[in-house]
Amino acid sequence: MRLVYRADMNSIERSDQDDGRPPQSEPMAHPTPITDEPHVEAELAARRDEPVMDLMPERGFGHISHAVRDIRESLRLFRLGWTLGWLDIKLRYRGSLLGPFWVTISTVILVAAMGMLYATLLHTDLKSYLPFLCFSLVLWAYLGGTVTDGCAAFTNVSGLIHAVRMPFSVHVMRVMVRNFLTFLHSVGVIIVLFAVFRIAPTLNWSLPTGVCLWMVDLYALTLTLGVLGARFRDMPPIAGNILQILFFVTPILWKPDLIYMGRQYMLLDPCYPLIEIVRGPFMGTPVRPSIWLMASIYSVVLWVVSFLLFARMRGRLAYWV
Amino acid sequence: MAGIDVTNLSISFPLYHGDARSLKKSMKKALGGRSSPGRLARDERNRVMVQALSDVSFSLNPGERLGLVGRNGAGKTTLLRALGGIYEPVEGRVTVRGRVGTLLDTSLGMDHELTGRENIRLRGLFFGLSETAIGEVEADVEAFADLGTFMDLPLKTYSSGMSLRLAFGLATAIMPEVLIMDEWFMAGDAAFMQRAASRIAGLVEGAEILVISTHLPSIIEKWCTRVIWMDQGRVRMDGVPADVLPAYLEAEH
Repeated sequence: MRLVYRADMNSIERSDQDDGRPPQSEPMAHPTPITDEPHVEAELAARRDEPVMDLMPERGFGHISHAVRDIRESLRLFRLGWTLGWLDIKLRYRGSLLGPFWVTISTVILVAAMGMLYATLLHTDLKSYLPFLCFSLVLWAYLGGTVTDGCAAFTNVSGLIHAVRMPFSVHVMRVMVRNFLTFLHSVGVIIVLFAVFRIAPTLNWSLPTGVCLWMVDLYALTLTLGVLGARFRDMPPIAGNILQILFFVTPILWKPDLIYMGRQYMLLDPCYPLIEIVRGPFMGTPVRPSIWLMASIYSVVLWVVSFLLFARMRGRLAYWV
Repeated sequence: MAGIDVTNLSISFPLYHGDARSLKKSMKKALGGRSSPGRLARDERNRVMVQALSDVSFSLNPGERLGLVGRNGAGKTTLLRALGGIYEPVEGRVTVRGRVGTLLDTSLGMDHELTGRENIRLRGLFFGLSETAIGEVEADVEAFADLGTFMDLPLKTYSSGMSLRLAFGLATAIMPEVLIMDEWFMAGDAAFMQRAASRIAGLVEGAEILVISTHLPSIIEKWCTRVIWMDQGRVRMDGVPADVLPAYLEAEH
């Protein structure tokens, strides 16, 4: 169909065969039933149980069970969360020529420039430094993007929250999907560099474990920041500042083996074990047991804090955003 | 069986942002034009709270069509949102049986950057429908909303009438058993109103529940079997339109 815009008109008119139709619509062909959707009706009828919404102020354990139900229902709505995140990404590239490739190109430029500079400054071998830097930067961008995005996980969708009752974790899932897809943009660069410099991942239990822990931690992080961000509008600048400091403290630009004396203090930075359990297996470098231990401890603490925070505040989120 | 039970529902909003003290003063001035004892209160943690609803109770059975009337700020929209499960009760209890459809503001939670088709798809996914069923919803909304090529353009390019038709078609395409509606949708043109009327008629004839908030007596007379008059967050009067409407109109004018 073609769109014609006439200067003397306020609206765009269709210029095809159904032009002859009167603009006023005829009354509905079938007043009752109002819709003709056998599949929709069948699917809705197939759910025997009538949805019941029973709401009252939460007391004690009610917080926990409602939060669990919220997360469970959001998993059932996975397709919705995925589509929301996917459309966010698609939307970002409407009207862009290179679209997603801009992210890839930026990664290439950043890694090339930083690689040259820091390999010289730190007197390291470019061959081993470049893939390390590339993987670290991409992983850090993934973490940083999730943190920044996570602060606005609920405030960004206040319209949706006020329009329809929906599990709040759907919005968290949306942020997860959006950032995962953004991360995928740069995966090509990593693969190419790994192939060129012959980096082989360690193929054992550690790789899937690291990735799982990473994903679940990002989920918990998004949940925490989303709740805090809904209550305190100061969260984005606070998170931004913390991230900036952690970027230099955490071994991202520099390899962790540059520090040997007192390397246990590095474990106090929660980002280091979290990144290392993904980076180590992928880069084929051994990961010390103490790093795994700290990563597990940090993860458990993060999950407990985020879940309790969410459970306590879930019912208030709609009032805040 | 669809049904709504509201018992002793109270909802209050905490005021966090800005200087609560001075905000309290200005809110008091704004809210308390006429006698308003206690729409603003302090809770045990000394936060300033706006009492939006206090001690609201009623029950609705299948076939009942409830109209909410009241001045601006009487708590009509808050009550609709509480019925939709968006605001969880601070005190009291809300029970809604049946699939709820909420038409609370014109945006309906739709994304203005996305196309009509994409928004329909999201709504279908929200109800957990399969791709086939979503296709049917799409076809139905397309036929009802009569948007033509605009279906594939972002919502921000729509005229207000077009987004209204899309929102209304979408909200009624996936048959809700309980329809909760704010008054905005009455802003359509005459042709749209005619079509919307037959659609609402179809909806209500299925022995379902309608809750609508409005300023227009004509809408109450036409659609509602029951009216609740809200005032200062409380139920001032509850009964058949013939009783409540004259009293409300007299008090307001």
